[in-house]
Amino acid sequence: MQKMLAIDPEKCTGCRLCETACAMHHEKLCAPEKARIHVTKWENEGIYIPIVCQQCEVPICETVCPMHAIKRDSRTGAVTVDQKTCVGCRLCVQFCPFGGIAFDEQTKKITKCDLCNGEPVCVEFCEPQALQYLEATKLNMRRRRAAAEKFSDYMKKALTNI
Amino acid sequence: MVLNRKIAYVNLSTGKTSQEPVPKTLRKLYLGGRGIDMYLLYNHLQPRIDPLSPENVLLVGAGLLGGIPCLGSGRCDIAAKSPLTGAVGDSNLGGFFAPELRLAGFDHLAITGKAEKPVYLTVKDSEVKIKGASHLWGEDTFETQKIIRQEEDDENTKSLVIGVAGENLVRFANVRTGMKNSAGRTGMGCVMGSKNLKAIAVRGTGQLELNHPDELLEYCKQMNDMITSTRWAKAQSRWGTMIIYSNTNTTGLIRTRNFQLNQLKEGQDLEPENIDRYSIGTSGCYGCAVHCRHRYVLREGPWAPLFGEGPEYTSLGAFGTMVDCRKMDTILIANHLVNKYGVDTLETGGLIAWAMELYEKGILNRKMTDGLELEWGNEGALYELIRKIAHREGFGNTLADGFREAISKIGKDSEYYAIQVKGMSNLHSDERPTPSFALGIATSTRGADHLRSRPAIDMYGLPEDLLKEVYGGPVASDYNSYDGKSRMVWWQELLYAVTDSLGTCKFQTVFCAVHAPKWEEFSKLIRLATGMEIAKAKLMEIGERIYTIERMFNLREGFSRKDDNLPERYFKEPTPIGLPVARNKKIDKEKFNEMLDEYYQLHGWDKNGVPNEETLQKLGLDKEPTNLL
Repeated sequence: MQKMLAIDPEKCTGCRLCETACAMHHEKLCAPEKARIHVTKWENEGIYIPIVCQQCEVPICETVCPMHAIKRDSRTGAVTVDQKTCVGCRLCVQFCPFGGIAFDEQTKKITKCDLCNGEPVCVEFCEPQALQYLEATKLNMRRRRAAAEKFSDYMKKALTNI
Repeated sequence: MVLNRKIAYVNLSTGKTSQEPVPKTLRKLYLGGRGIDMYLLYNHLQPRIDPLSPENVLLVGAGLLGGIPCLGSGRCDIAAKSPLTGAVGDSNLGGFFAPELRLAGFDHLAITGKAEKPVYLTVKDSEVKIKGASHLWGEDTFETQKIIRQEEDDENTKSLVIGVAGENLVRFANVRTGMKNSAGRTGMGCVMGSKNLKAIAVRGTGQLELNHPDELLEYCKQMNDMITSTRWAKAQSRWGTMIIYSNTNTTGLIRTRNFQLNQLKEGQDLEPENIDRYSIGTSGCYGCAVHCRHRYVLREGPWAPLFGEGPEYTSLGAFGTMVDCRKMDTILIANHLVNKYGVDTLETGGLIAWAMELYEKGILNRKMTDGLELEWGNEGALYELIRKIAHREGFGNTLADGFREAISKIGKDSEYYAIQVKGMSNLHSDERPTPSFALGIATSTRGADHLRSRPAIDMYGLPEDLLKEVYGGPVASDYNSYDGKSRMVWWQELLYAVTDSLGTCKFQTVFCAVHAPKWEEFSKLIRLATGMEIAKAKLMEIGERIYTIERMFNLREGFSRKDDNLPERYFKEPTPIGLPVARNKKIDKEKFNEMLDEYYQLHGWDKNGVPNEETLQKLGLDKEPTNLL
C-alpha cells in the first residue's frame, strides 16, 4: 500500500525542526531556506501550517514540465525531479497550487520533497506528530474518526442539555 | 562554516557600521552567545558609566550551536550594563531571531551610541542598515513586529522589539520577539529605548556548513529523544512551566501576598490543567521538541477576545499568588498586558506585590497611589498599575525605576518588605525551605534570579551516590539541608553559562531532569557541528571563565560580598504554612555564610568573592581587558 505524508496543522507547534532536518538531510547544511517543507505562520493569530508537496495523483508539475524531468517513483510514490534534465524554467513552481516546489538560486534548478526514499526525515523529527507517514487509506479513516468524534461531542452536549 | 559568522558593530550616534570576523581564539575561550557577549561587555565599557548613556553597549548574541535541529537551539542572548541594577545586564530569549541572525551571516551585534530620532536596524543577508522608526514609536510589541514584516515585505523577517515601556525608559523594560519570547530581566529594553532603537529586524537566507552533517543529524534526533523521554519534558509539553505550580503550591514553596505566606489557599483555578479551557495548542521555539507554552484565547469577559502565548509559571506567581489573585483569567490578561507594553513580568509582579504589602501596612495610602486601592486580589488595580508603570504615570512612575529608587522615594520601612537582591526582584518562589535555591539567588551575577543557577533537581530527593556522580562531590539528598548545596549552585552556574553560550535551552539540560543532555553531549554536538574538540573539563573551565568575567565586571562596578545576600526576611521570618518540609523554615545566617564561603572556594575566589590571582591566570583572565575584538 502506498503511503503519504499526512499533515495535521492543529498539532503543529511551529518549531521548524522539520525544515532544518530536511535541509540537513538533503543539502548537508543547516539551511531552512533550502528545505522541501516549510511552516507557514500567522504569528499574531497563532496559526502554523506546514506546506509540502502533496505528491498529487495527476501532478500538475509533471504535466507542465517541457523537459519531462518530473516523474513518479513507483516504489515510494514520490514525484521526483531528474536534476540532469531540469533546465530551471520554473513552470512547475508557477503552476503548483500548494507551493510545493522551490527554485534553488545556487544550482538554478528546482527542488522538491522526494519522501526521503520512503523514510521522511521530517516525520522522524516531528515530536507532536503533526507530520505522519501513513497509508493513504488510514489517513481517510483517521479523518473520518476525528470528524465522528467532533460529531459525538455535539451529540453528548445536546443530550446532556435535555 | 559555523565558525565564520561575524560581529557587526553599529554606532547609532554616527550611523556607521562595520563587520569583523569572530576570532577563533575567542570561540575556544567563550564559545558564543552569553560567553562572547560577556567578554565584549567587560572589554567595551569604561567602568561606572551611566547605563542610559550612549556609551553603554547593547550586545546581541547567537549561540555556538544556534540553528541545529535539537535542544531548542534558537536562544538569543542580550547584554549591556543593567539600568536596573548597575551590574551585569544579561537576558536570554527563545523564538526564531538568533538562527535567522546566524543565517544572515552574524553571530553578534554590538550597538553603541544614540540615534537622534527613533530608528530600527535591519540585517539582511550581510547588509546592515539603519532605518527611521518614528512611525513605529508608540506601537505595542505585537504590532511593531507585524508592521516591520509588512515593510520589509517578508513574512519570515524576525525582529527584536521594545514596547512603550522601553520607549519610556522603564528600568525593567524587556526585549521581545514573536508573541511570547521575552528577554525579560535586567532592563535590556530600557537600554534599547535609551538609544532610540525601536527594533532590530533580521532576515537570513544563508546557510551554516557543518563538519559532520549526517552524524550530527542523527545525534540531534538522539538528543531530542533523550529530552522528550524525561517525565519533566513530557509534562512541560502538555502544560508548560506552569506544571511546577502543582508541586510548589501544594508543598508551600511559593511566595504569596508578597512574602507573607508560602502557599495560596483556594488557588485551584491556577492549576495548570485549567489552561486547557483557553488553549488552541502549544507552541515551540526554533528547534524545540518540547514546546512548553500555550497559544491561548480568552473568549469571554471585558478583555475578550484576546489572543496570547504563555503564560509561564513565573507569571502565575507574579500576577497570581504574589498579589493574591486567584483566577486564571487574571493571569492571562496581565500576561498579555506586560507582553504588549514590553515590561518584565517578574519585576512588575514583584514590585506590585511589594506595593500591596506596603499599602496594607499603611506605608502607602490612596493619596500616594493616585487613588488606586492596592488591596490583595484587586485585579483591576493590578491591570491599571501595569499600565501606569509602562507609561510612567503617577505612582507607576515611582515603581518604573525599580526597587532601589522606589525604596529611596517611599522610605520608612519599605526596604524591609522588598524581596530583591542587587536591586532586582526575586521571582515568586519562596526559597526559605531550600538553601540551595536561596544561595543561587544571592550569588547570581545579575541580581535575584533562578536562571543563573537553580538546581531544580534538588527537589527530587535523588540518591546521594547519583548526586555525587553528577556534581563531582558530596551533596545531601534532603533539600532542607545546607550540605553540599554550594557545590550544586556552583556546578549549575557553570552549566547554564555554557548552555547560554551554546544557544540551547536550559530546560533541555540539567534543570529539572538529571538525565538530560549535559557536558559530554554538548562536547559531541560541538565537535560534530564545528570540528572543535572541547572535552568536559574544558567546557567546565569555559563556564568558569564566563562566570568569573561577569564577577569581575560586577566588582569593577563596586559590588562585593555584601551584595551576595538575601533580604532580611529570609533570616527572620519562618514560613508559616505548607507541608512539614516547607513549614516553619527560615535561612540560618551562619550556615548561609558558610555556604557562601564554600561557594567562593569552588569558583577559586577569595573570602570577599574576588577571584584569586591563580584562578585568573588559569582562566587567562589576568590580562583582561584584552580587546581582541
